[in-house]
Amino acid sequence: MNTLTQKLSDLPPSRWILSAMEKRGIEGRTLTVMVPYIWLLAFFLTPFLIVARISFSEIRIAMPPYAPIFETVGETLNFNFWISNYTQLLEDALYWKSYLGSLEIAFVSTVITLMVGYPLAYGMARAPRKWQLTLLMMIILPFWTSFLIRVYAWIGILKNEGFLNHLLIWLGFIDQPLHMLHTNFAVYIGIVYSYLPFMVLPLYANLEKMDHSLLEAAADLGCHPFKAFWKVTFPLSIPAVIAGCFLVFIPAVGEFVIPDLLGGSSTLMIGKTLWAEFFNNRNWPLSSAVAVILLLLLVVPIVLFQRYQVRQAEQEGR
Amino acid sequence: MIKRMSLFNHLSLILGFSFLYVPILLLIIYSFNESRLVTVWSGFSTKWYGELLDNSGIINAAVVTLKVAFLSSTLATILGTMAGFSMSRFGSFRGRTLFNGMVYAPLVMPEVITGLSLLLMFVAISLDRGLFTITLAHTTFSMCYVAVVVQSRLTSFDKSIEEAALDLGCPPLRTFFLITLPVIMPAVASGWLLSFTLSLDDLVIASFTSGPGATTLPMKIYSQVRLGVTPEINAVSTILIGIVAVGVVITSIMQKRREARLTSQRAA
Repeated sequence: MNTLTQKLSDLPPSRWILSAMEKRGIEGRTLTVMVPYIWLLAFFLTPFLIVARISFSEIRIAMPPYAPIFETVGETLNFNFWISNYTQLLEDALYWKSYLGSLEIAFVSTVITLMVGYPLAYGMARAPRKWQLTLLMMIILPFWTSFLIRVYAWIGILKNEGFLNHLLIWLGFIDQPLHMLHTNFAVYIGIVYSYLPFMVLPLYANLEKMDHSLLEAAADLGCHPFKAFWKVTFPLSIPAVIAGCFLVFIPAVGEFVIPDLLGGSSTLMIGKTLWAEFFNNRNWPLSSAVAVILLLLLVVPIVLFQRYQVRQAEQEGR
Repeated sequence: MIKRMSLFNHLSLILGFSFLYVPILLLIIYSFNESRLVTVWSGFSTKWYGELLDNSGIINAAVVTLKVAFLSSTLATILGTMAGFSMSRFGSFRGRTLFNGMVYAPLVMPEVITGLSLLLMFVAISLDRGLFTITLAHTTFSMCYVAVVVQSRLTSFDKSIEEAALDLGCPPLRTFFLITLPVIMPAVASGWLLSFTLSLDDLVIASFTSGPGATTLPMKIYSQVRLGVTPEINAVSTILIGIVAVGVVITSIMQKRREARLTSQRAA
């Protein structure tokens, strides 16, 4: 292995690149930063600027279906700057209802995910050491299997003649199938199911490191275990709770697959609306405006989340 | 020590893991169902797997998906390793905040926004859409995952070995290949695997950035799922789940062996 990599770095191509860089005074260090930097500027930042610019364009029946910023009509040069896409977002109830619907569904799902994920992570952290690695792998494994397939699996369970209705009728709880698929209930289940690993992983990492002598001290001083949990364990795990909630909430707001496959026509979520605006109505400028507003809604949680990430990385480095 | 598992702990583990695994198990079981009615069991059969082989649409989509996944994850691993290395080793350089932001933001960015913005850019520079554009898009978001994985591995690894090599006159590039890369190899490998599965899995970004002629497997599955649950889709899903499960088990066994070897070397 070592001799192989040594030979590789001695081969002419890498020598040529190195000597060419030296001649121009570019250090390897600069190149290492520049290549991913330029890639991200080109394929991450620039596309956003283009979206922002197209959101101020007028729709045209052409390819691409929007008006250019500058165009010559006859002999005059026109500067096209439309804000009508944004006024339409305010006036048409569909859009602001979709934004509110997304925030509401994401918020409720995040709370449910926390209530399901916390006991799970807590149980994992208290399990015997030799089990913990296996349990951790079992949490990560569904994350590796296809998201689309995991959402699809719930269609077969929730539909009227699906597995859950069969089971409930067979157990005698109900005699008419319950209507569960294509409701907000199904969307909540889908989001909780898909994003549960994101909640459990930070919580487990935090709870597993928890200093047990604190709980022993509380018990010695006569504190009931239940009270000790709320007074000691939970407050110490709050950073992980926040991280997990961000990791669920932010992607859930813009979710498309889950509301589209599990939700009904009354499920208004902005990801679904944007998709329909783009693929069905072919209104590129309006969908760009929808995307810009969605991004503005998410800027605060994303910035908070990034601060948290950077701080965590720095703490690990110490 | 009060670290004892209570009934509540046991119950939450059992319920939590059933919630995670029962849907997948049901999906696998029903892929072996004789009947076309997916929810009525009428005997064991593997005929849906046989029908898959005749379905050229699904086979073609699978080939496109594998090509995109292989290319994009390889490219993303190279770029992501460079990015992760820069973030953990170069301290503060000019534009560091923007760089950090661009690495972390795609991890939480709604896919509809990423997909739409990339598509509008490809149209703006009039790039023909197809396999190539999907690969570019997947590389962009996968490299951020690789960067985060590699960075966290690098921060936990002793910098002094690298510094010793550099002090003894080893050129930086060779130090990276001889010292750093072998140590962070597990992180690089899992970054590649993560990118591969992310690409294999992606529906939204691929739908936006693909053009006529390039249909990926998730796009194919999605268009059929909209028409209803079918045993063929269950069969495709089972195969995909199987591949991923085998991959994950093999890598975890390899990692355990590697760790066992390292500890026995240290003990010797």
